[in-house]
Amino acid sequence: MSDKITRRRIITTGLAAVTGVAGLDAAAKIADHYGLLAPDHQGIFGVGESLTYGAQRLLTAHRSMAREFSRSEISTVSPVNHEHPDYDPYQRLLFNNFKDWRLYVDGLVARPMAFSLNDLKSLPSRTNITQLNCEEGWSYIAAWTGVPLSLILNLVGASPNAKWVVFYPFNDFWGSIDIAEALHPQTLLAHGMNGEDLSPDHGAPIRLRIPRQLGYKNLKYIARISITDSLKNIGDGTGSAAPDIGYSWYGGI
Amino acid sequence: MDLAEIDPRQRELAQREGSSHSPVQSGDSVLHGQEDPLALRHSLVVRVTHWIHVVCFIAFVLSGFAILLAYPRLHWGETGTLGMPSLVDLPLPMVLDLGIRGPGRYLHFLTAWVSLFSGLVYAISGLYTHHFRRDLLPERSDLGWQTIRKVVSDHLHFRRPPPEDAQRYNLMQRLSYFAVMFGLFPFMFITGFAMSPSITSVFPILVTMFGGHQSARTLHFFAANLLVLFLMVHVTMVILAGFGSRCRAMITGYPVARKKRS
Repeated sequence: MSDKITRRRIITTGLAAVTGVAGLDAAAKIADHYGLLAPDHQGIFGVGESLTYGAQRLLTAHRSMAREFSRSEISTVSPVNHEHPDYDPYQRLLFNNFKDWRLYVDGLVARPMAFSLNDLKSLPSRTNITQLNCEEGWSYIAAWTGVPLSLILNLVGASPNAKWVVFYPFNDFWGSIDIAEALHPQTLLAHGMNGEDLSPDHGAPIRLRIPRQLGYKNLKYIARISITDSLKNIGDGTGSAAPDIGYSWYGGI
Repeated sequence: MDLAEIDPRQRELAQREGSSHSPVQSGDSVLHGQEDPLALRHSLVVRVTHWIHVVCFIAFVLSGFAILLAYPRLHWGETGTLGMPSLVDLPLPMVLDLGIRGPGRYLHFLTAWVSLFSGLVYAISGLYTHHFRRDLLPERSDLGWQTIRKVVSDHLHFRRPPPEDAQRYNLMQRLSYFAVMFGLFPFMFITGFAMSPSITSVFPILVTMFGGHQSARTLHFFAANLLVLFLMVHVTMVILAGFGSRCRAMITGYPVARKKRS
């Protein structure tokens, strides 16, 4: 066997590389078609991200339920990483106990709507005792009460073409989840925690609670929800503010 | 010509010369009860997956450390945060402001995929070629009390391994490689899965069998330490045995240069 770099070897390697890239491109298109491609799939880290997202989406396709706990397991402490926004309009709304706050829901919907906090509280609610796992490593258990997001999507008449639900909070940390997570029965727009109104530091008036994903995907201080079939033209197209600061869009692990 | 017929002295001579007209050819396995020093030491799959895992190991340790620094406290049970009693407070700074954790997480899971695929290739090939049974399971002759005592004592005193170790794995190598590849590595994956709220929604037993999320995290950390310890002993033994020849064997497959093999 010769170790010399022959023309044949260069051509073979070149063809293999081209086939590989074309194969990856085709795989990405197929994955995207079946909702298995994460918005931040670009670059070298995007390979791992896409494999993780695709694999976990297939694994959880039967709507697996996050673990729930008993009341006695609720943690006595529930830390937060960042305090609530100290600027307007959040401060002004908080001062008035969110009486003037509205949750705007728009995008690919039949009836764009605005909900007051009382509107949301009068809708059928659900309480789940689940664990919040911070990507930093710590975790606590609490009881979150809120409206299932699927109920809101039904009320506004979300289009069957909807693929992503985008959340705009009062701070800069916007984000999105896919429609599978949005329609999951444990996904709540939480307005209560451990039997009380959600505190400002925990995301008042409402926070997204998705117990199958890590803490940073559970967005706080939500002002507006938008339903879309593409994230390409929103922000830099990676689906959330998380990739801007080096974090993956998907928070399943 | 059958080598068994040759006079032992003649055979020794033929081996020493190692020339092209010698009946001893590299790759031949006709030498009864004696291993050919010129034979292929490591198969291509073993070599490639070994070096992939060298890169994986570095990436795992660096990215894992970057993640750990965000919260260098370990708990036992289901939950654990500041304000809850900890099992161990590691003597490390709590680093929250550096932008190392996000990329660290990306790198950790990308590495996990590379490690998983490479490990699967290794495992399937190892079963197919009987590499595990032949080279990794301890041989019956290794299991004598004297042999065990000697090999353990050699390792504890960091003695230079005997030359025959260049041809085959000794008992300590067999046991530790087996434990690392079929014990610690799968354990790292399982405790890693146990920390994923998405994976445990499908397989809750992955986390409940460890007694909770924080227990799985703590076990992940200690198992990682065992792997680092293994790495340090492994590299030390490679240096003692002859770094050049062992690395050559793991790169080219042969412990001696091609010219000498003729």
